[in-house]
Amino acid sequence: MSKTPLFLERKRYRMRRIVDAIRILPVVCAVLWIVIPLMWNTAQEGQAATSLSTALWYIFGIWSLAVAASFALWRRSKAGDEGTDTRADDASR
Amino acid sequence: MVALNQLIGVCLVYVSGLFLVAFLAERAALRGRGGWLLRSPLVYTLSLSIYCTAWTFYGAVGYAARSGMEFVTIYLGPSLVMIGWWWILRRLVRIGRSHRVTSVADLISARYGKSNVLAIMITVMAVVGVTPYIALQLQSVTLSLTIFASSDPATQGGTINTAQAAFWVAGGLALFSVLFGTRNLNAKERHHGVVIAVAVEAVVKLVALLAVGTFVVWGIGGGVTDTLARIDASSIGGWQAKDGRWSALIFLSAAAFLCLPRMFQVMVVENDDERHIQIASWAFPLYLMLMSLFVVPIAVTGLALMPADANPDLYVLSIPLTQGQNGLAMLAFLGGFSSATSMVIVATLALSTMMSNHIVMPIWLMLRGGGAQRSGDVRAVIIRARRLSILLIISLGYFYYRASGGSGALSEIGLISFGGVAQFLPALLGGIFWRGATRVGALWGLAIGFALWSFTMLLPSFGVDAALSQDVFDRGLLGFGILRPQALFGIEGMDATVHAVWWSLSLNTLAFVGISFFTFPHPLERLQGAQFVNVFDHSSGPAHGWTAATSGADDLMIMSQRILGAAEARAFFDRHARWQGRIGSLPSPTPGFVQALEREIAASVGAATANAMIGQIIGGQAVSVEDLLAVADESAQILEYSSQLEAKSRELTETAEELGHANQKLTQLSLQKDSFLSQISHELRTPMTSIRSFSQILRDTDGLTPQEKTRYASIIHTETIRLTRLLDDLLDLSVLENGQVSLNARVVSLHAVIDQAVTTSLAGSARAIAVHRDPAAEDVDLFTDGDRLAQVFINLVTNAIKYCDSAQPQLRISVTQTGSELRITFADNGSGIPADAQALVFEKFARLGNGGGDGAGLGLAICREIMTRLGGDIRYVTDADGTTFEVRLAATLVVDRGRSLLPA
Repeated sequence: MSKTPLFLERKRYRMRRIVDAIRILPVVCAVLWIVIPLMWNTAQEGQAATSLSTALWYIFGIWSLAVAASFALWRRSKAGDEGTDTRADDASR
Repeated sequence: MVALNQLIGVCLVYVSGLFLVAFLAERAALRGRGGWLLRSPLVYTLSLSIYCTAWTFYGAVGYAARSGMEFVTIYLGPSLVMIGWWWILRRLVRIGRSHRVTSVADLISARYGKSNVLAIMITVMAVVGVTPYIALQLQSVTLSLTIFASSDPATQGGTINTAQAAFWVAGGLALFSVLFGTRNLNAKERHHGVVIAVAVEAVVKLVALLAVGTFVVWGIGGGVTDTLARIDASSIGGWQAKDGRWSALIFLSAAAFLCLPRMFQVMVVENDDERHIQIASWAFPLYLMLMSLFVVPIAVTGLALMPADANPDLYVLSIPLTQGQNGLAMLAFLGGFSSATSMVIVATLALSTMMSNHIVMPIWLMLRGGGAQRSGDVRAVIIRARRLSILLIISLGYFYYRASGGSGALSEIGLISFGGVAQFLPALLGGIFWRGATRVGALWGLAIGFALWSFTMLLPSFGVDAALSQDVFDRGLLGFGILRPQALFGIEGMDATVHAVWWSLSLNTLAFVGISFFTFPHPLERLQGAQFVNVFDHSSGPAHGWTAATSGADDLMIMSQRILGAAEARAFFDRHARWQGRIGSLPSPTPGFVQALEREIAASVGAATANAMIGQIIGGQAVSVEDLLAVADESAQILEYSSQLEAKSRELTETAEELGHANQKLTQLSLQKDSFLSQISHELRTPMTSIRSFSQILRDTDGLTPQEKTRYASIIHTETIRLTRLLDDLLDLSVLENGQVSLNARVVSLHAVIDQAVTTSLAGSARAIAVHRDPAAEDVDLFTDGDRLAQVFINLVTNAIKYCDSAQPQLRISVTQTGSELRITFADNGSGIPADAQALVFEKFARLGNGGGDGAGLGLAICREIMTRLGGDIRYVTDADGTTFEVRLAATLVVDRGRSLLPA
C-alpha cells in the first residue's frame, strides 16, 4: 500500500494508458480546432479564401473523430473497469 | 399559413404535455419507480442540452449568415470541456457530491472558507450576468411569434404587441419554474420533473432543427453536393473568421459552459452518478455536432431565398413558412420555444437557489438574531424566497428586454452573458487545483473582472448615450484616455468582444493569483482548500471542525426540523443515534455528527448559511492550524501506519536475532563453565595429590630422617600455598567479574605505582632482570585505584621475570601520552609468544606450553578484568620484538570525569 509497484500487471497497465489517452484527447482536439484554422487564408489582397465547404468538412470531420475516440475510450475503460479498482490511480495522480 | 391562435393553441398543448411528463416523473420518483430512466446517462446528457438555448436555435443561423463559420466556436468550447472531462468535470462533480454543493456560488464560497461575502458577490454577478440571457430568450420567442403574426391575416397590419407578448411569455415561464423548480427544498435532491421536462425539450429542439436542416438540404438544396457548392458560392462562402475572435470565443464558451449557473446545476448538482460524465463526454459533443450540422446550409439557403431585409435570426422559421411547410414551421417554432423554456426554467432554478441561500437566508438569520433554534418552519421562508427570486429574475430579464429595445443580434447578447459568468473561472479553477488560492485573492479577482466586464461589455451593450455617454466612448471615463471602454490602456483596433474578454479575464486572473500570493488564508479556508484540491484522496472528509458541542442536541434537533422537515430530521437523528448506540434518545453532538448535520443542512440552504446556523447553536467553530496539521490526509495516515508496521516487523526480526545470539552465548557460557569446572578440579587435584601422598609418607613411614621430614613438610607447605593462591585468584576473579569489587579511587602518581610494582616483583624473584624506565615520562598524576593498577603491573613484571627466555633478561617500561590517553608498555627481550597462543593469553587457565611456571593461569585474566573496571584495557602487542604488553588508561585528573570512567 505504501509503495506502488514499479511495474503493473497487464490489466492495470492498460487502464493507465487508457486514462493517459483520455487526458490527451482534449489537448489534441484543441490544437486541431483552435490552431489549424488560424492558418487558413481569409479573403484579402487578392488571394482566395479557404472555401467554407473545406472548413465544414474539416471542423465536422474532427468533431466526428473526437466523438468516436471518446466513445471508444469509454468502451475500453468500461471493459477494463470491471474488477479493476482505479481509485488508487486517482489518489496517485 | 399558420394562424396565430392555432400556434398558441399548439403551444399550450405542448406546455400541458410537458407539465404532465414532469408531474408523472415526480410521482414516479416519489414512489421510487422509473429510476432506470430518471437516473439514466441518457437523461443526464439530454439535460446538459440546456446549453443550447433559443440563442443557439435561432441565433446560430443568424450568426452564420453574418460571420460564416464563427458560430461554431460556441459549440466547440463545450465540446472540448466534455471531451476533457477527466481534467475538470470529474473533479467538480466529485467535489459537488462530497460537499453537497448547491450552486456554483456555494462551491466557490465553500472552498474559500464558507465565505458568505463571496457567495453574495457571485450571486449578484450571476444574476446580472444571466439577465441579458433571459431577455434573449424572451426576445427570440417574441420574434418568432411576430413572424407568424406577419403572415396571419387575423392580426391587423401583421404585427402584434411585442411588449405584451413578451410579458405573457415571461409570465408562463415563471409559472412553470415556480411550480416545478421549488417543489422540494433540498437542492441536492434531483428535480426529476424539471430534468425530465428538459430532456424531452432537448429531443424536441434537436428533432426540429434536424427536420428543418433535412428539408433545406434535400428538399430545397437538392442533396449534399449541390448544397456544398451553393455554400461556397454564397456571400459567406470564404473563410472569414478573425484570428483573435476564433480562439477567444472557443475559450469563452468553454469557460461559460463551466461557470454558467444553469450548466452547473444540471452538470454537477443534478448529477446522479459520476460514471454518467464519461458517457456524456462523447454523447454531448455528438448532440452539439448534430445541433450545428445544418446551421450553415440553413443560413446559406436563407440568404439566397429570403429578401435582404429579413432577419437572419429567424431563417429557421421563415424558410419553411415561405415554402408553405406549415407543419415544419410549427415544429421549428416548438423547437425554439423548447430551447427558451428549458433554459429559463433551469437558469431561474439555479439562480433562485443561490439567491435564497446566499442572500435571503443570511439576512433573515441576521434579522432574527440568535433565533436559529426558535421553533417555526424555516422551509416556508426558503421556498417563498425562491419563488420570489424566480419572479424577480424573470422580471429583470423582461425589463432588460424592454430597456435594450429588443434590438441587436441574438448572438452578441449571448456573448455578453458568457463574458459575465466567465469571470468565475479563475476563482473556480484556482479553488479546485491550487491550495494557495485565498479568499481575498478570489474577492479581488472577481471584483476587478466584474467591473471591467461591466464597463467594457455590459454597459456599452445598451448603446451609446444609454448607460455610457458618447464622451466616455471617445475620451475615456472621467476624461482619462486610457479608460475608453473599447480601447483600454490606449490599445485600439481589437475586436470589442475579444478586447473585453481579454482585459477582464487577464486582470481578474492576475489580481486573483497575485493577491493570493501575498495573503494568508485562515484555518477553515486552508482546511477546505486541502479537501477540495485533494478531493480524490479523501472524499469522506475529516470529522474535524466542530469542537464537541457545549449545547445539547435538543437545539440542533429543533433547528434541523425547521430546515429539513420534522420527519426527515427525526429520521436523520435516529439514524445517527443508532450509529452511536443510543437507541431511543437523541444522538450526542459529537464533532462527527455535527459535521454530518452541517452537510445535510448545507444541501438545503448552502454551505455558508449552514455553517452560520450551526455556529449560532454550537457557539463558534474551532479550527486551528494545529487541527489542520492533525488532518493529515488518509493516504498519509495509511502510509504512516504501514511504515509503522514495517518498523515493527523489522524490530521483531531484530529481537529474534538477538535472542538467537543470546542463546548461542548461553550455550557457549555453559560450555565454558563446564570446562572451567574441569580445569579447576584439575588445578586443585594436582597439589592435593602431592599433599596427600607426602602427608601419608610422614604418617606411615617410620624412621625418616629429620632432613627428609623437613623436605616433605616443605613440599606440603608449598603446595598448600599454591592452593591458597589459586583460591585467592579465583575469588578475586569472580569478584571482579561480578562487578562487586569496590574501587578505592584517588589521585596517585604513576611513577609511584610503577615503583611499587617493580620493587615488589623483584623482591621475591629468583632471577635477575634489568628494568629500564623513563622517570620523566612517568611523572603523571592519575585519578584511579592505585593498588589495583599496581596489581596489574606486578603481574606483568612478574611474567617477564618468569618467562623471558633471554640469557640477559631486560624489561623496558615506557609511558606515552596521546591526548587524554595514557599507554604504558612492558616490553622484554624474549622470544615473544607464539602467534597461535596470542589469542589465548587472556583466557582463564591459559598457560603456555613452555611450562616451568607455577601459576594457575589466571593472572592475565585478572589483569584484563581490573583494566576493564578502571575504564582502560590491556592487550598484547603483536608487532613488537619480544613479549610486549600495552596498558591503556584514560589520563585524567578531573575527579568527576575520572569517576565516570570507573564503572560502579
